[in-house]
Amino acid sequence: MTLARVVGTVVATQKHPKFEGAKLLLVQPVTLEGEPRGPVLLAVDSVGAGVHEHVLLVIEGRAAAEAVGRKGTPVDAAIVGIVDSVDVDERTGTTLNRA
Amino acid sequence: MQLARVIGDVVVTRKDENLASRTLLILQPIGVDGTAVGRTLVAVDAVGAGVGETVFFVRGREASFPFLPVEVPADAGVVGIVDYWDTPS
Repeated sequence: MTLARVVGTVVATQKHPKFEGAKLLLVQPVTLEGEPRGPVLLAVDSVGAGVHEHVLLVIEGRAAAEAVGRKGTPVDAAIVGIVDSVDVDERTGTTLNRA
Repeated sequence: MQLARVIGDVVVTRKDENLASRTLLILQPIGVDGTAVGRTLVAVDAVGAGVGETVFFVRGREASFPFLPVEVPADAGVVGIVDYWDTPS
């Protein structure tokens, strides 16, 4: 899983029937520091996330389809949680650049 | 999934029998500003998309799910045609 920020919504009338009723969001994967990492992706939302929210994203087909709750959905990314906070323990020797 | 623009198609006469009568589209992935991002790819079409349209596509074996029980050997597939998207600031 990865952290991401919801950056937008997508409307698509003509889509595979398994997507019917699913909410499609544009998500920007981010680093622990919150910096954009890689391209913006489309994910199915299964937790009621909204634009600007910090979320937990799965980028794997089977997990994403499970989140959608429909077997056989041609999906490869899903939002499975809304992040409250991220804490990296500095005793591990990892420090984050919190600007 | 990712946003992409359909920029062409591929005609392949001699191919895996499970690809028979499948449309193969050339996609250019795009960012939310509509500009090209990353490499072009070939994807199997599951929604009747055409050249010039903005679509979203899925990567991986899930691309073949729309054609089950036929096991289409594809690693990318167009699964929706985008009407519009919105990225509030």
